[in-house]
Amino acid sequence: MQVLFAGLCGLVFSAGLAVSGMTNPAKVLGFLDVLGRWDPTLAFVMAGALAVSAAGFALSRRRRRPWLASAFAIPSRRDLDARLVGGAALFGIGWGMVGVCPGPALANLGRGSGEAVLFVGAMVAGMALHRLATRERGAVASR
Amino acid sequence: MDPAFSPLAGLLGGALIGLASASLLLGDGKIAGVSGILGGALFGPRAELAWRLAFLVGLPLGAWLVRRLGADPHGFAITSQPALLVAGGLLVGFGTQLGSGCTSGHGICGISRGSPRSLVATLTFLATGVLTVLVLRHWLGVA
Repeated sequence: MQVLFAGLCGLVFSAGLAVSGMTNPAKVLGFLDVLGRWDPTLAFVMAGALAVSAAGFALSRRRRRPWLASAFAIPSRRDLDARLVGGAALFGIGWGMVGVCPGPALANLGRGSGEAVLFVGAMVAGMALHRLATRERGAVASR
Repeated sequence: MDPAFSPLAGLLGGALIGLASASLLLGDGKIAGVSGILGGALFGPRAELAWRLAFLVGLPLGAWLVRRLGADPHGFAITSQPALLVAGGLLVGFGTQLGSGCTSGHGICGISRGSPRSLVATLTFLATGVLTVLVLRHWLGVA
């Protein structure tokens, strides 16, 4: 049940991406291109998403546990560090190069676009590189 | 302003994205951050694999369904330059793992629960995204 529900959430999530046009990289780049022919749509997507999502988070605070699981798994860190800012900065550069972030990247996999597949392949490779790098550092630190 | 600007579709699609995030939290107790879910499915614990995979499979399905229903009039235009696709994908993959999140996890879930880390991450990737488009489009004339 918990698994099926997660699948349904993924489906609705990506339906939202497609309805709002965020699956089109040109539209995302149009938002980031503030000096060109600016397309503010992404700001409206964020506003709509934040309004509903914030209501959901407010509701969750009143509950001891979720409907289908035993506990909430919510990040608790509040400190700022170089990894957070550096990682976000690198992500933004990649986002600005192609106009694709992880959600739309996967949502576009069913489109039959070789470009979309190449991007996802590189994205997974980037995640694996990070995994390798942190492992090596962990190995050095534990020596 | 870009003629593609579509505020109503943006708000509606955004609300669907917010609904999916709120539902995954209230139902399964999980954060709907796509880079976190993908990274967790690839390298995380076995016990969490099923719900993560289900959410990820829902992503191409939802966008496909919306296209089939004719509710995605936005089109699809992505760069055809392999170098940009690979570099962008690598940076998005590496950066989101290093910075613990992307547009969905930090931008929507994080901000809607008032996380200072997510606010800083979101402002950072928006800034480097805007700068990257500025440099690529207006200085170098590529993409």
